[in-house]
Amino acid sequence: MTWGAVATRKGTRCRVLEGGSGAPVVFFHGAGGLLRDNPFLDALARHYHVYAPEWPAYGESTGDELLEDMLDFALHGWDLVDALGLSRPHVVGHSMGGMIAAEMACLAPRDLGKLVLASPAGLWMDEHPIPDIFALLPYQLAEVLFHDPERGQALLTGGADLSDLEALKEFYLASQRRLAMAGKILFPIPNRRLAKRLYRLTAETLIVWGAGDRLIVPAYAARWGAAIPGARVETLEGAGHMLPYEQPEAFTRVLAGFLG
Amino acid sequence: MPWPYLPDDFRERHRSVWVDIPNTLYDPRQGHHVYHTYLDQLEYAEALGFDGIGCNEHHQNGYGLMPSPNLIAAALARRTSRAALCVIGNSIAGYNPPIRVAEEFAMLDVISGGRLIAGFPVGTSMDTNFCYGQIPALTRDKYREAHDMIMKAWASTEPFAFDGKYNQLRWVNCWPKPIQQPHPPIYIPGGGSIETWDFCLDHDYNYSYLSFFGYRRGKSLLDGYWERVAKRGKDASPYRAAFAQIICVADTDAEAEALYAEHVLYFFNRCLHIFPPFADPPGYRTMATIKYGALAQLMRQQMLENLTWKQLVDERFIIAGSPATVRQQLEECIKGLRIGHLFCLLHNGDMPDWKTRHSSKLFAEKVMPHLRDLWPEWKHDERWWMHPMDERRRPEERRPGVEGAGAEWTR
Repeated sequence: MTWGAVATRKGTRCRVLEGGSGAPVVFFHGAGGLLRDNPFLDALARHYHVYAPEWPAYGESTGDELLEDMLDFALHGWDLVDALGLSRPHVVGHSMGGMIAAEMACLAPRDLGKLVLASPAGLWMDEHPIPDIFALLPYQLAEVLFHDPERGQALLTGGADLSDLEALKEFYLASQRRLAMAGKILFPIPNRRLAKRLYRLTAETLIVWGAGDRLIVPAYAARWGAAIPGARVETLEGAGHMLPYEQPEAFTRVLAGFLG
Repeated sequence: MPWPYLPDDFRERHRSVWVDIPNTLYDPRQGHHVYHTYLDQLEYAEALGFDGIGCNEHHQNGYGLMPSPNLIAAALARRTSRAALCVIGNSIAGYNPPIRVAEEFAMLDVISGGRLIAGFPVGTSMDTNFCYGQIPALTRDKYREAHDMIMKAWASTEPFAFDGKYNQLRWVNCWPKPIQQPHPPIYIPGGGSIETWDFCLDHDYNYSYLSFFGYRRGKSLLDGYWERVAKRGKDASPYRAAFAQIICVADTDAEAEALYAEHVLYFFNRCLHIFPPFADPPGYRTMATIKYGALAQLMRQQMLENLTWKQLVDERFIIAGSPATVRQQLEECIKGLRIGHLFCLLHNGDMPDWKTRHSSKLFAEKVMPHLRDLWPEWKHDERWWMHPMDERRRPEERRPGVEGAGAEWTR
């Protein structure tokens, strides 16, 4: 896969990780951004033409000041699809990316192929309050995100040596910038009333969840399944919230089986 | 305004004094006495000759019992007659709609006869983001919009429509309006966001650096502020700036430690025990400010671990000692920081009433007179001070409905 960039008509400029050939698949990442290694994208690119754009404020992508609320984010998603010159791509979204993908699909239900939501944010159940990711100590993050926190910690930092003060500072600044952006649609509660729009979905939908998700617990998978008539719900063992990174092969297999 | 009954093992048993502190630690019956003790102390400060008495806004906080500072100021407005009421202030990004602040501040200014100092903080992240749910990255934008609405509401003599991004009101029409015209003095309390400097200078507001960490640590920040003042071509009146300083006065330095150490340590060890993520949610500070302060925020909690009285005094977190010691260090503080207004933090932690009064009285009698004339060349600069109405009467002399019953309205 290789990095490119697109500019949207609104004025954002986003990096895009792209590769493979076949039917177009757009992958929208979650609040943490794309990690250094994204093996599930490499695997998907063996079957499809994969595009993984970064949200503004992530990596080198800019224009974050142009996006303020849920509608801005969802329209930006479609602006990216336009800027990439794609027609009816399959849309895959993970976590916050799933929340945005679902909004996009509600806004323009006939403009996408199939929809995959991997442990999406966007719903709230009082009986299963989602931990406040904006109030976590750095070491607590891996604990809520990964089935295997120790391995997860290494994936999150991408091998950077955080005992080095400069590296820590750089990591901290980038992380603050990313989550400041994510907070616009996730703070203080990751619910922007998507539930009342889900009736508009017509795309064939797959909900896929990590059985060990401690951030958005699997009870939410059932809630999504019930909210979207005809949706298929799959659960992956040995995976937490970061299921694409923890079980890249199983994740890809399930997606390929669904997308065809 | 701390809760004085936090348990000895508070730090071990609870992660934060703020946001998620269990409210089972609060006892409303004890709270009744606590409020009245603090209100009495603020009234006593006026009797001692302090120029102003202050209150501020905190939420879900074991050391700040004033979710509504305006209620405290309202009580003080009726029981005092001379001192400025410094409400420092209302965290306006959290008010929906912000016209409420324009109204309540106007009420306070009118009731007090023009004695209000109006503070508009962005609000701490604990208060504004975690307790009041404002989105960190949009807080400053919302703050600016709220400010614009309030100032326009005070200035306008006709109803107007306000089409904001966060607030839309078809009919903005502030009733009552403040006595002080065009508006009460505006103080902008800042923790250390550099954007705040320009905001103050754009509007000629007072910049108040509120820190519990003393004037040595405040120096670099205020130096930065004064540099900015010069760069913007503004005059260098010290009254453009205020600073908050913890102060303890006793007859001797040794007695100050004996009297106050445990209470000051209660404050630093229990009241400032804040879960670090609550203090720095992504987006609350701008990237420019984060880069300016680098990782300072992250390191702060470490700095506060296991402080001793000696450290607090030696490193000037606090100014404590005999009147002579306090005088000398405060002169250094006032001149070094170039400040015209000093917020004297004379009640600390779980300090009992008599000690607060003792320290305050010594300060008023033996320290304050020596600090009054440190800026002779700016003596007549009244731009950042209250302008009460001339014919204001002492409230205790005139109680409508008591001896004045049946009087006609004045024309």
